[in-house]
Amino acid sequence: MSNYRIQGATGEWEVVIGLEVHAQITSNAKLFSGASTRFGNEPNANVSLVDAAMPGMLPVLNRECVRQAVRTGMAIDAQINKWSRFDRKNYFYADLPQGYQISQLYHPIVGEGSLLIDADEKAGIPEPKTIGVERIHIEQDAGKLMHDQHPTRSYVDLNRCGVALMEIVSRPDMSSPAEAGAYIRKLRSILRYVGSCDGNMEEGSMRADVNVSVRRAGEELGTRTETKNVNSVRFVMQAIEYEAGRQVDVLEAGGKIVQETRLFDPDKAVTRSMRSKEDAHDYRYFPDPDLLPLELEDSFLVDCRASLPELPDAKRARYRDALGISAYAADVITADVETARWFETLLAAGAEAKAGANWLTSELFGALNRLGRTISDCPVSPVQAAQLLALVADGTLSGSLAKQVFEIMLESGEDPAKIVDERGMKQTSDTGAIEAVIAGILAANADKVEQYKGGKEALFGFFVGQTMKAMAGKANPKVVNDLLKKALEA
Amino acid sequence: MTELTNLTVAGIRDGFRNGDFTAREVAEGFIGQVEGARALNAFIIETPDHAIAAAEAADRGRAVGEFGALSGVPMGIKDLFCTEGYQTTAASHILEGFVPTYESTVTAKLFGAGAGMLGKLNMDQFAMGSSNETSAFGNVISPWRRNNGDGAALAPGGSSGGSSAAIAARLCPAATGTDTGGSIRQPAAFTGISGIKPTYGRCSRWGIVAFASSLDQAGPMARDVRDCAILLEVMTGFDPRDSTSLDLPVPNWQAALSGDLKGKRIGIPKEYRVDGMPPEIEALWQQGIAWMKDAGAEIVDVSLPHTKYALPAYYIIAPAEASSNLARYDGVRYGQRELPDGAGLQDMYAATRAAGFGDEVKRRIMIGTYVLSAGYYDAYYTQAQKVRALIARDFEQAWTKCDMLLTPTAPSAAFGLGEKQADPIAMYLNDVFTVPASLAGLPAMSVPAGLDSQGLPLGLQIIGKPLDEQGVLDAGLAIEERAGFTARAGKWW
Repeated sequence: MSNYRIQGATGEWEVVIGLEVHAQITSNAKLFSGASTRFGNEPNANVSLVDAAMPGMLPVLNRECVRQAVRTGMAIDAQINKWSRFDRKNYFYADLPQGYQISQLYHPIVGEGSLLIDADEKAGIPEPKTIGVERIHIEQDAGKLMHDQHPTRSYVDLNRCGVALMEIVSRPDMSSPAEAGAYIRKLRSILRYVGSCDGNMEEGSMRADVNVSVRRAGEELGTRTETKNVNSVRFVMQAIEYEAGRQVDVLEAGGKIVQETRLFDPDKAVTRSMRSKEDAHDYRYFPDPDLLPLELEDSFLVDCRASLPELPDAKRARYRDALGISAYAADVITADVETARWFETLLAAGAEAKAGANWLTSELFGALNRLGRTISDCPVSPVQAAQLLALVADGTLSGSLAKQVFEIMLESGEDPAKIVDERGMKQTSDTGAIEAVIAGILAANADKVEQYKGGKEALFGFFVGQTMKAMAGKANPKVVNDLLKKALEA
Repeated sequence: MTELTNLTVAGIRDGFRNGDFTAREVAEGFIGQVEGARALNAFIIETPDHAIAAAEAADRGRAVGEFGALSGVPMGIKDLFCTEGYQTTAASHILEGFVPTYESTVTAKLFGAGAGMLGKLNMDQFAMGSSNETSAFGNVISPWRRNNGDGAALAPGGSSGGSSAAIAARLCPAATGTDTGGSIRQPAAFTGISGIKPTYGRCSRWGIVAFASSLDQAGPMARDVRDCAILLEVMTGFDPRDSTSLDLPVPNWQAALSGDLKGKRIGIPKEYRVDGMPPEIEALWQQGIAWMKDAGAEIVDVSLPHTKYALPAYYIIAPAEASSNLARYDGVRYGQRELPDGAGLQDMYAATRAAGFGDEVKRRIMIGTYVLSAGYYDAYYTQAQKVRALIARDFEQAWTKCDMLLTPTAPSAAFGLGEKQADPIAMYLNDVFTVPASLAGLPAMSVPAGLDSQGLPLGLQIIGKPLDEQGVLDAGLAIEERAGFTARAGKWW
C-alpha cells in the first residue's frame, strides 16, 4: 500500500487513481481502411474514401490490429473474448467525418487482466503492486483540427482519422502519482516488447485519461474527475498531484466535487474544467450494422500466443537467476525492449553476461547520455561492442585502453581490432620489453630505489606510473607489477 | 425504333447477339423515350453519353465476337448508387452536385458486363418513403392512371419509384433498385413490373448511399422474372469491401429457371390477412394460391405470429441506423454547406442539415436519435432487436412446413400523389407485407398478377428461405406464366 497522503487542513486524504490509456496499435494500415498510418506525412495524405466518410463507403476490419490487441491482452494475462462486437459512438465534430467513432462499448475484445509495478522505495512504492486492468477495446482515432492556418477558418487533417487505438482501462488501483507513473512506464514497456504500440508519447502514440478522486482513509470512493489526453508520464503525475490537491481544497472548504471532464495545461501544470456531466454528450452507442461480430478462432489465438516474446518480468528474472547479472543491471537492461534486444545481440556475439551487463549499464549508457542518443541510434553495434569486450577479456586491452578505444569507436564507427592495430594501442605483456624499460627507470632513479629499499614502499606506485608512462599506457599492469617487484627486490 | 424499346433484357441481349440490331440503335431508342417522358420526372439526371459509350463498346465487341452478359442493354440506375463521374444525390439537396470519384460495386458489375446507363433515377430522399414524394427533385409520377378518367396523378411506389415508373413506361428495360423495407417490391407492384430483393448480403452495399445498413439490399427491377434472374446474376457476388457481403458463389439462376413447382410447398401466412385489406387484394391472393396449385405446388397454412410487431420494430431499427448513417452529411467535406454569417461549427451543421434534408428524412433522424438516446435505448432499440429475432424465428419455424410463402405485395394498389402525405403512419402501413422479409434478410420478389377494378396493377409477393433466390424466381415465373399480365400504362405523357 502506498503511503502517499495529502495533508489537508483537516487531516489526511487518500488518492484513488484509474487510468484509461489510449495506445496506437502498430500497423501499416488503419483499423477499417487501407490508408497508411505513417506519422509525419503531409496533412490529408493518409486518407481513403472510407476515412473521409464518402457516401456508401464501408469499414473492413484490419486483421493485424485485432492480432495486436489480442497479443497485448495475452501479455497482461487478460481474458481474451472470442466473441466481441463493434459499436458506434455518435457525436458531431469536424475531426470525425462519419459522425461516429467505431469502438467497443458493450463487448470488448479483451477482458480482465493485470500488470505488476515494481517496488521503488525512493518513489514511495515499498513493494511490487498488482494493478488490475478492467478491459482493452479497439477503436478508431479521430482526425485533428488545425486552428493556426487561417485567421478565420479551421482546417482539418484526417491523417490520424481511423488509425487503430487500444483503450486500456485500469482498475482504480493506484494511490499515488508515482504508482500511476510506474503503471504507465510498465504498460509502455510491455506494449513495446509485444510490438503492439511504439509507446511514443511525443508523437501521440500513447496518451492517458486520468481519473482521480480523494477520500478519507477507509471511506467510500469519492466523486471522480477525468482529465483527458495527458501525453507524458510526467504530466500524468503532475495532473494527479494538482487534481488531488484541488479536490482536497474544495472538500475542505465545504464544497463538492463535480463529476466532470477536465483538461491538463502542461505549461502551468494545472487542470481546468472542460465540461460537466450535465452537458456531457449522449453518444447513442449501438452495434455497428456495417460490421459483423468479431469471432476469434482457436488457431488464431494459438498463433497470437506463440508469437509473444519473452516479457520484461520474465526476462529480468532470467537475467538475475540464470545469467547472474546484478538486480540493478537486470532492471535497467530489461526496462526497454530495445536495450534488452541490444544486450542479447551482444551476448550472442560472444560477450560474457556479467561483464557485458556492467559495461552496458556504465560505459555504454554513460556515452549515450553524453551524446544525447538512445540505444536505437547507438553509433556502436552490439557486435563491435562484443569485439571490444573480447579484447579486454584476452588481455589485449587494459581497462583504460578499452575506454580510449571505445571513444574512438563512438566517433569513427570503426571495429575495435582495426583501431587497436592501426593506432598500436595493444597492451603489451612482452616481459623482455617491460624489463628493459624498468631497468632504465630504476637506473635513472637510483635515489628513489634506495629510499624504497629503505622502507618507503609508497614509492612503488611512482615506479609503476613511470613504467606505464614510458610504455605509453600499453603495458599490461599486472605484468608491470610483477616485474617491478622482482626488479626492486633483486 | 419504338419496337426495340418494347423488348425485354433477354430480348435485347439475344437480338443484339443475333445481329438483328446494333447496341447503338437500342441505346438511341431508349434515350429518345427518356427525353420524351420528362413529364414523369423519373430521372434526376439523364446520362445519354454513358449509354452511347457502352453501346459503342458493345458494338465494337460484337465485331470481334466478344459479348458481356449485358452487352447492348441500357439501364436506369437508382440515384442511391454512387456512379463515378456522374452526380449522385440520393434525391436529397444535401448531396446536390456531389460527383463520386468511385463506382459502386453493383454498378461496376453491371457496366463491366456491358450495360450502359441512361440516367440516374429519381427516388424517395435517402430511400425513405413509399410514394416518391420525399424526393428533393419533385415526385415521380406513375405512368399508370385509373380507368375512371379522373386523370389523377398516382404514386409509382417508393422508394425505387423512378425505377418502377421508368420500366413501366418503357424508358428503360431494367433498372437497379434498393430495398430496405419494401422499396423494390412495393413500387414493382404499383407499376406492374417485377423486382427481387435477394438475401441480405448477396449484393454488395459498397458504394450505395446507406439508409439502414442491416436492411439495405440492392436488387434488379425489370419487366419479367427471367430478366430479374439475368440481372441478379450480374449484380450479386462476394465483395471484400463489404463486411456483410456473403462469400458464396453466384448460382446460375436463369439457366435453372422453371415455373414447375412440383414437390414445392407454398405457405400462406394467416397473419397477412390484415384488417381493411381491399377484397380485390384478397381475391388476387386466392387466385395466386390457385396458380401455385396449378403449377404443382402444395399449399400449407402457416403462422408468423409476430408479424404485427414487424412494422413498429422496423420503424425503430431503420431510423436508428439512419440517424447514425446520415451524420456524415455535415457540410464539412462534400455536398451542400450552409454557412450563415459568423457561424461556428455547430451553426454550420444545423444550417446545412436543416436546409439539406427533407422533412421525412429529418423525421426519421429525430426518431432514430430518440430511440438510441440514454434512457430510451432499452425500451425501443433493444426491444425492437428482440422483435427482429422473433420475426426471424417465425420464418425459421415456417420453413419446417413450407419452402416459400405467398402473400400480397402491398395492402392496396397505387394511391394518388398527395393522398397520404399528411399522414406518415398511413404511409408506413404500405410496407406491412414487405417489412418482415427485410427484417429477416430473406429473398423476396414481387411479380405483377392482375389489375384492380380501377385498372391499376397489383402484385403478389414470394418470400423464400435464405439463399433460395432460385425458389423465389421459380415461383415468380409460375405466377407470371399463369397471370399473363400484359397490361401497360396508356401513354399520356
